[in-house]
Amino acid sequence: MLEIEDLACLKGDRLLFRGLALRMMPGELLRVAGPNGVGKTSLLRLVTGLALAEAGVVRWHGLGIDRDREAFHRELLYLGHAPALHDLLTPLENLRFACAAAGDEVDEEICMQALVRIGLANQLDLPARVLSQGQRRRVGLARLFLSSQRRLWVLDEPFTALDVAAVSDLAQTLSDHCAAGGMVMLTTHQDAPFAVPPRVLDVGAYAC
Amino acid sequence: MADGLNLEKNHMNVKPRGPSLFRFAAPQMFYPLAGRLAPWFAAAALVLTAIGMWLSFFVAPTDATQGEVYRVIFIHVPAAWMSMFIYLVMAFWAAVGLVMNTRLSFVMSQALAPTGAMFCFVALWTGALWGKPTWGAYWVWDARLTSQLLLLFLYFGFIALTRAIEDPRRADRAGAIIALVGAVNVPIIYFSVKWWNTLHQGASVSLTKAPSMAATMLAGMLVMAFAAWAYTLAVTLWRVRPMILERERHTEWVGEVLDRERGRG
Amino acid sequence: MLSTFFAVLRRDLLLAWRSRSDVLVTLAFFVIVVCLFPFGVGAEPNQLRAIAPGVLWVAALLACLLSLHRLFAQDYADGTLEQLLLSSEPAVLWVLAKVLAFWLTTGLPVVAVAPGLALLLDLEQGALPVLALSLALGTPILALLGAVGAALTLGLRGGGMLLALLILPLFVPVLIFGAGAVEAEASGTGALAHLLLLGGGLAGALALAPLACAAALRISTD
Repeated sequence: MLEIEDLACLKGDRLLFRGLALRMMPGELLRVAGPNGVGKTSLLRLVTGLALAEAGVVRWHGLGIDRDREAFHRELLYLGHAPALHDLLTPLENLRFACAAAGDEVDEEICMQALVRIGLANQLDLPARVLSQGQRRRVGLARLFLSSQRRLWVLDEPFTALDVAAVSDLAQTLSDHCAAGGMVMLTTHQDAPFAVPPRVLDVGAYAC
Repeated sequence: MADGLNLEKNHMNVKPRGPSLFRFAAPQMFYPLAGRLAPWFAAAALVLTAIGMWLSFFVAPTDATQGEVYRVIFIHVPAAWMSMFIYLVMAFWAAVGLVMNTRLSFVMSQALAPTGAMFCFVALWTGALWGKPTWGAYWVWDARLTSQLLLLFLYFGFIALTRAIEDPRRADRAGAIIALVGAVNVPIIYFSVKWWNTLHQGASVSLTKAPSMAATMLAGMLVMAFAAWAYTLAVTLWRVRPMILERERHTEWVGEVLDRERGRG
Repeated sequence: MLSTFFAVLRRDLLLAWRSRSDVLVTLAFFVIVVCLFPFGVGAEPNQLRAIAPGVLWVAALLACLLSLHRLFAQDYADGTLEQLLLSSEPAVLWVLAKVLAFWLTTGLPVVAVAPGLALLLDLEQGALPVLALSLALGTPILALLGAVGAALTLGLRGGGMLLALLILPLFVPVLIFGAGAVEAEASGTGALAHLLLLGGGLAGALALAPLACAAALRISTD
């Protein structure tokens, strides 16, 4: 269970939002909405613990996330704006490193299957620098297929630069994760065919 | 944006009630306190400097071996003491800030840095002035002078880093880290330089070890040291005030303070 | 437990191999700086012999400094650093792995080349093993301290110069004991004390610098 209490976010010298409170239960899919620059990405980074809150707390299972960082990170998957790809590595090497860096031992064979499933069967051995934007995006998203044991997924604009088929496949994966008791928190500007319509959190309501 | 958000850290639990000293850790309590204290320290610095100067130039006897030149130590030694002491205080506030998450501590350490660097420079400058007639050169690679020079570089590094970072929060924390790293290294630097110095040249005439120091000399030096303390406190408190206002400008109390001061002016 | 450590180490070494020209540039810089000195101070063998330890050490220090900005910059830009900070393993481990990979690709080549260059400066042959040993003990300290500075100046304008200003004063003790070891060996007084102090410094840096570096990385990505 994820709880946010009285959260305030300061970016540079501007207060983006304050007094933000939220409670997420297992199985919930939450869409963080609001106009550009209102602090959607900042909210996601606060939830992951990458950014430091100006005020307020984020709790995971009742414990502040900075109390037992490693335990929280074991249950967290965050995919940010930057795809975390190195241009000189192939998609397969990138994916394997991403999993190992997060602390998961994943078999090469399974990584390959994930990349094939997301539609990169022909690019497995190419360096990432020759991939298109959509393909780069997919390398990062392939981790979703390997991270079902991580309860909380925090995704920043996962649907950008993807085609229609990929969007619906991804929406299905997210719905499945929630159905299995996981939680998904995401920002998006486009409509995606989720099995259950997501709960919406409007950050604009807390803006200063 | 202007309406109130209680910006002091909630886990610090600083509530402006009760006689606890901790309440001054809250910026809105410290701001007026600093304003009230600073003139007193400034006055103390002036008086002490006057007494110290009188003692060191008119009362203290002429040194038997060094003549009148030695009188530079009345500025040099307090400045050198202060420059080292201020770095330690800076590192102390940095550690407090990182551990307790109080932004006032970071502000303190940043307000202290320019004064520390100034004293460091004064110590080097007066050291050079003393060195020319005594050693025959403005600069010798003496262990004390060299460590003082490296300390000046550490101050410059701290100031440059905190100024280069736009985001005040990142600047605070990054500065705190480098201040702590520097504080751990200061003794290492000092002893390594000393070791290097003894290997490369014979023991040089020490600036502070005057063989028999007259009581009035010691008194002059101590009074000057206290003057340097008072000066540091006054200047730091004055420097802290606008820094607090800048950081807390989206809070209610800063709005009130600014309104009041505008009304008065 | 150590999966992150080895994953980061393997990846950074692989990347260094794929962009090996960068490594060679650092090494070439080291060689060129050392070769410049005789033009500046004259090719008189006695003089060169006297300044050789200092020259080699300062050049090694500068080579290390100039490649330090590479340590985290790419990971910071492409988001890998965020992912590493979200790892379920302690940050100290992968910071150590990154520093180790950095040292293996910049420090170790310098250690390997330095004895050869020392011959150009007419350093006594008996002091060559001590030179290599002092560099092998000292350059990891430079890498560890430099990693803290690199983490603090991540993404800043003029970060390179700032990095130099921040960490060069901290390099002074390493320089004193490193160059001092070679000098002591060449003059026949024995380098053991210097080398022990360097070893102690390395142990201290290994214990403290990764902690400071991890904290600095969290601050810089905030």
